[in-house]
Amino acid sequence: MKIRMEKATILFNVIGYLVISLLAVLCLLPFLLIITGSVSSEMEIIRDGFKLIPDQFSIDAYRAIFSDPKQIFQAYQVTILLTIAGSLLGLFFTSMAGYVLSRKEFHFRNPVAFIIYFTTLFSGGLIPWYITIVKYLGWKDSYLALLVPPMLSAWNIILMKNFMKSIPDSISESAKIDGAGEFTIYRRLILPLSIPGLATIGLFLALAYWNEWFLPNIFITTESKYPLQFLLYRILASAAVLNTNIAGNLSPDFKPPTETLKMAVAIVVTGPIVFLYPFVQRFFIKGLTIGAVKG
Amino acid sequence: MSRLLVDLRTNKVLWLMIVPSLVFFVIFSYLPMIGVYYAFTNYSFEGGLFKSPYVGFQNFQFLIQSGQLYALTKNTILYNLAFIFLGNALQVTCAIFLSELPGKLFRKFTQSFMFLPFFLSFVLIGAFVFNLFNFENGAVNTFLKGIGLQPYDFYLHTAPWKYIIVFFSVWKGLGYGMIIYLAAIMSISDEYHEAAKIDGANIFQRTRHIILPLLVPTFVLLILLSLGGILKGQFDLFYQIIGNNGMLFETTDIIDTYVYRSLTVNFDIGMGTAAGLYQSAFGLVLVCAVNYIIKKTREDYALF
Repeated sequence: MKIRMEKATILFNVIGYLVISLLAVLCLLPFLLIITGSVSSEMEIIRDGFKLIPDQFSIDAYRAIFSDPKQIFQAYQVTILLTIAGSLLGLFFTSMAGYVLSRKEFHFRNPVAFIIYFTTLFSGGLIPWYITIVKYLGWKDSYLALLVPPMLSAWNIILMKNFMKSIPDSISESAKIDGAGEFTIYRRLILPLSIPGLATIGLFLALAYWNEWFLPNIFITTESKYPLQFLLYRILASAAVLNTNIAGNLSPDFKPPTETLKMAVAIVVTGPIVFLYPFVQRFFIKGLTIGAVKG
Repeated sequence: MSRLLVDLRTNKVLWLMIVPSLVFFVIFSYLPMIGVYYAFTNYSFEGGLFKSPYVGFQNFQFLIQSGQLYALTKNTILYNLAFIFLGNALQVTCAIFLSELPGKLFRKFTQSFMFLPFFLSFVLIGAFVFNLFNFENGAVNTFLKGIGLQPYDFYLHTAPWKYIIVFFSVWKGLGYGMIIYLAAIMSISDEYHEAAKIDGANIFQRTRHIILPLLVPTFVLLILLSLGGILKGQFDLFYQIIGNNGMLFETTDIIDTYVYRSLTVNFDIGMGTAAGLYQSAFGLVLVCAVNYIIKKTREDYALF
């Protein structure tokens, strides 16, 4: 039998391909602009401005960054350490809290869950929170102010609790009969079974730490402590200058890259995310759909 | 109380496991709640919580009488309504197309492209805006000059920014929301489609009479949940796009950016806390109202 496409289906497909292609291109377009901006020649930017396709290609901006990469490397180091430490600690505390709240033996699970959940409903606001951290904890210009506040969120704990609730009770009950303590059950049995949930929450945490710029903006004052995104922000706002080592090769028509340098820094800072994106994408999608089904 | 003491002993390990989280929320959520008292003081950093002069409702009075509270509330709510309705409409449209279009590779790639902005930092959005709209060498002005038009100084006009902000908000959330709707569409049983096909329904009719009605619960739920947070702004988005550019505040200032400036630019702790408290309290009322509505209609999805 020959399959004949209905007219309506053809129309639907044409519109669909057009809309989806257009939106997909729109999602990539700003990104392409940054890439081509970063490989334009500075002279051309000053003369004409940014273009989608530059007339002249130049890697001066990248050469400038890597002529004295200490600043970028340092920011990378800060961000990587914060991301790893923050995500691991966050996962540890989130999974423990989720485990406790999923246990029927824990008689106070409802009041405790409410204490945690209420923080999503009402908060003191930015300023009292800031004053608590600066004045009462004394974390101004401390890495602790970048590490601790994003570590736990009520949403992650609830998501973890829901995930662990779906693990059959019989598993922990039989372990209990064998004399295992609560922490052993958590570490040996429940954690390994929760790996999909842990992967999703871990990736969300890691992404949040990697993209964080607000906390350093209000807490960090020493330039050597800047994480990546905040360094990029300062460079974009021309509030910080990237140290480069290119004054040596000055020729009459040579302009040290500044506008193109901003774009190149944006690429260097975002690169790892885009590079890892194809590999981690499906974990996010899985996590999103778990969350969506559970409400 | 004695029950608590007994439980502390019998479930010692469980309590120890959750104590770090409880300490965290006490320090970072409950202690700051005491700090809302700043809203009723003329705060000085040296005086702190207890020695700053008490001024009653003066801060709130000023915010209301100067018209600032009204303007901020209006901006915040209008922006959020635009984000919510435009965003969800576009997400549903894309999800429907992606679920029905032939071409596995096309679907895979376009979905990946549309989800990419979700992963990018807001600072990078700031870089996009800089690249596109700055006066001297922004790409938009390069284009305008290229076709023989006058360059346009975006930073002197308030009008375009609402569209730019809404664009980037929808842009960043498109892939995320689309995937949630896609999951909802995928859970629709094939039997409906088969039956409709036998009855001779074409794809538009199936979309109209099968997919859309079955998406309504998800749609309503997501909209209601977002309405609960309608007073919260996307601070990152607004701040990375507008920054401290006072020229543009009339149409782009939201409660979050106002509170942020009170803390970092104007050093007006009392006033900023008052605006923040208003946002939190109003938000709490909204969430409770939304939850009440959900409870009446679809109890299993109620928040609490």
